[in-house]
Amino acid sequence: MLGSVSTLVVAFERPAIDWHAIAPELTLLGFGALLTLVDIVWLERGRAVVSALASFGLLASMVPVLTLAWDGADRSTFWGAYVVDDYSLVMKAVFLLAGYVVVLLSTNYIAEGDYWENEYYQMLLSAVLGMVVMASARDLVTIFVALELLSIPAYLMATWRKRDLRSNEAGLKYYLMGVFASAVLLYGMSLLYGAAGSTMLVDIDSAISGDGAPLAVVTLGVIFVVVGFGFKVSAFPFHTWAPDTYEGAPTPVTAFLSVASKAAGFVALLSLVFVGFWGRADVYQPLMWALAAASMFGGNLMALRQTNVVRLLAYSGVAQAGYMLAPLAVAGESLAVADDALSSVVTYLAIYAAMNLGAFAVIIAVARRTASAEIDTYKGLFRYSPGLAVAMTIFLMALAGIPPLGGWFAKFEIVLALISPGTAWGVALGVIVAINSVIALYYYARIASHMWAEAPPESADFDTTTPIKTPTSVSAALVLTGAATLAFGILPQWVGHFTDVSLVATGLG
Amino acid sequence: MTDFLNDWGLTLVTFVPLAGALVLMAVPAAEEKALKQLALLSSLLAMVIGGLLLIDFDYSNAGALQYVVDARWIEVINSRYILGLDGISLPLMALTLVVVPLCVIYSWDHIPEPGNPKAFFVLMLILETGMVGTFVAQDLILFFVFFEVVLLPMFFMIAVWGGENRRYASIKFFLFTLFGSALMLLSFLALFFLSTDPATGESLRTFDMRVLSDVAGAGILSATQIWIFAGMFIGFGVKVPMFPFHTWLPDAHTEAPTVGSVILAAILLKLGTYGFVRIAVPMLPEGAEAWAPWIGLLAVIGIIYGALGCLAQTDMKRLIAFSSVAHMGFVMLGIATLTDFGINAAIFGMVAHGIITGMLFFLAGSVKERYHTLEIRRLGGMLVQAPRMGWILGFCSMASLGLPGLAGFWGEFPAILSAYSPAEGLPVETFRTYMVVAAVGTVLAAGYLLWLLQRTAMGSPREEFANSDDIVDVTRTEWIAWAPLLVGILLFGLVPGLIFDVTDPAVVGLLATGG
Repeated sequence: MLGSVSTLVVAFERPAIDWHAIAPELTLLGFGALLTLVDIVWLERGRAVVSALASFGLLASMVPVLTLAWDGADRSTFWGAYVVDDYSLVMKAVFLLAGYVVVLLSTNYIAEGDYWENEYYQMLLSAVLGMVVMASARDLVTIFVALELLSIPAYLMATWRKRDLRSNEAGLKYYLMGVFASAVLLYGMSLLYGAAGSTMLVDIDSAISGDGAPLAVVTLGVIFVVVGFGFKVSAFPFHTWAPDTYEGAPTPVTAFLSVASKAAGFVALLSLVFVGFWGRADVYQPLMWALAAASMFGGNLMALRQTNVVRLLAYSGVAQAGYMLAPLAVAGESLAVADDALSSVVTYLAIYAAMNLGAFAVIIAVARRTASAEIDTYKGLFRYSPGLAVAMTIFLMALAGIPPLGGWFAKFEIVLALISPGTAWGVALGVIVAINSVIALYYYARIASHMWAEAPPESADFDTTTPIKTPTSVSAALVLTGAATLAFGILPQWVGHFTDVSLVATGLG
Repeated sequence: MTDFLNDWGLTLVTFVPLAGALVLMAVPAAEEKALKQLALLSSLLAMVIGGLLLIDFDYSNAGALQYVVDARWIEVINSRYILGLDGISLPLMALTLVVVPLCVIYSWDHIPEPGNPKAFFVLMLILETGMVGTFVAQDLILFFVFFEVVLLPMFFMIAVWGGENRRYASIKFFLFTLFGSALMLLSFLALFFLSTDPATGESLRTFDMRVLSDVAGAGILSATQIWIFAGMFIGFGVKVPMFPFHTWLPDAHTEAPTVGSVILAAILLKLGTYGFVRIAVPMLPEGAEAWAPWIGLLAVIGIIYGALGCLAQTDMKRLIAFSSVAHMGFVMLGIATLTDFGINAAIFGMVAHGIITGMLFFLAGSVKERYHTLEIRRLGGMLVQAPRMGWILGFCSMASLGLPGLAGFWGEFPAILSAYSPAEGLPVETFRTYMVVAAVGTVLAAGYLLWLLQRTAMGSPREEFANSDDIVDVTRTEWIAWAPLLVGILLFGLVPGLIFDVTDPAVVGLLATGG
């Protein structure tokens, strides 16, 4: 045993690094370091610029992503553990832009509260860095490192309202559940490593696909790994942290968790399913089917009874995770179906990011007046602040999947992928998706009808006569997400063109 | 000019109202007059373009799609932006383009509570784009998108400007129709994957409605067709609405503002029947054949149930809503025969029901405004207090019950007649039974309409309204808004060929490729 370890040490050689491939990560890292320096050198004076600097860093990191996309070649570095292809570039772009919108949402929120400001943006950038790494990670260790890199700052950000009990509860719950999930995940990874003798996803696939692979070990490994990420994407029944964390955390952080963090979990799941577990459709397909169906029904039914918009969006997020898990339940049928399934999930993630961030932007703007996220405080919003009411309606109806707003195309792609193999299980899940979009419409429409059909509450302790003033940065976020939501719905070709990606081909080389 | 219309006519007629809505959004809400003028202008502009299309339309070739536009849209799913107009779409598109400006005119001094004409007109114009788009779209996904575009504006029209129970009614309307269209979309996808080219046997993977009607379900097993048809059946059936999916309709109509009811009755319901004629029947002939007896059964149940429902109503608007269920039953019966005769009757029935029932809802709105109630028990003596309005009500009731010489007759009578000899392969005895039942339905229709007329228009005014200053005769805006519909009822009643000549070649063509 000792001998083999020493040979490993001797055999180490520095991998050839493709610097262009990791340029986005390096840029982000550079800006993170810059923020720390600004904090140390300028102290309080730095507060004025950190948010601008953070958003500039996120946009600057988009530049190498664009040059890589322009270049077009698939790159692989660190012995194949780190892959840059169309798929990872699209996801990196989603993470960076989502991060940018979150900075826009945070600027006023964090500056006006009595919160640590510089640290907040450092945490945010490092979480985004973890996500960007995750998009390229193709081996278990890299995936785990990326996961921790994005999770640990997120635990901290959830408690950022440090004098608020609920925020502390949110962070602690999130932390404990997250750590537990990490442990489960690690155990699953160790089983897979034991079966395959390698941490590279490609090697794992070839090792566990054959008949020789021990079924029990592989099954347990796959289940544990999927369960570990089930927490991250808040799939039913691993969602229990989400409502409390979402409600207690600062709202911009909630937006970040519900979009970027969830997407990061999905990216890992996609890489694992399409590269690592690809040969074991018999193991992961039933698992995904059950998770997807349970998440859709569980999330939607529980969302029906919510009285708080943020909690409602937490449960709707569980259901949305169910929609995104659904195509994975048929992904193993054939290469063509796998391509459909992958691009449908990526499309969904991109559109979901736009519409969900938009919804949170409205919640943040409204809460500046009402200091609450109770659905009842949305009564009569259309009367006194029609712009925000229309925006919220657009985002909610997009989430419900009503054409011509973005969400319909996302759901459409999911159902298309589910029906394409023509199997009974796939069609059944397609019907479940259809039924669930009707259930979901009820609670989205309920908020809409509160805003439009009701008069403003008379006993309200806030002003219901003048329009709500939105800060410039929140307005900018609204315009960006709103334009994206509409554009994705009316000209889905725009997003479809970018998300028409393939992983199986590149992953299996 | 012709070239321009060929390339841009349908796109313009579809999107001019939407452009108008966008312009309206930019106008400050305080400029009420400008808002009204702009709304009227954009809907009139759409009507003028539609009129040019109608003039330029090649009537000798009404069976073929004209003004076809075929452009790239969503390539990843092979869906294209295809528009086209033929004899089936034409009357329905024309109906939409006429009804919406009339609604704008009617709203001139009838903006319902709680006001906000800006949002009201914006929604109405978005609605128009959705409706026109549905009638001219020739790609299933494009059709689906337009079909759904009408949902949101109608939801808000009911939810914001509706009556007491508006929240319940609006959400019910929304949920019912979305449930239907979700299943409908699944059926569209099944068609996409399963349709094959009969010549080569290859999977087509297209949403092009022209191609899908041509191959007419080739390569799809009969049993599968039945399932796919079932999905569409629910999707379109909810919209029609067919018994037993009709329960959203009386609520939605009762609560909706007048103009909302008019648009709902005159056009939205037709989206469902149009879907049957355009999509379900020609694309899945075997599924249609299997379902036809059941559609016919539900249609006659709808006729009788709607009529009995009418007799039990105490609210004038609710009564008219139930009469819609009955009338749409006649339309569905015509479609269920799967003959060109029946489907022609059905399309005529759609247009006739559109103008007659639209007109009745206008009247109900005006009655409500004058009497502040629609309870039939409390109304009476309209012929004394507002004679012109009373006579218009009488005229429309006669048209609605199918008096020969008025438009309603040509929707009902041929539909009943067509059930005598349904298409080959359908059970003749069953359809003849339906025919008899439907004929009984017309008697009931005469019953409830005459009874309505007798209780509201005849007799002497009730004491509580005898000296009311609110009760005035038809106003000038009302005359402008109503006159075209009244003329239409008479004109199409006297010269039914105006519609039949246009629809017939298209219907024959559609069924021919289907067989």
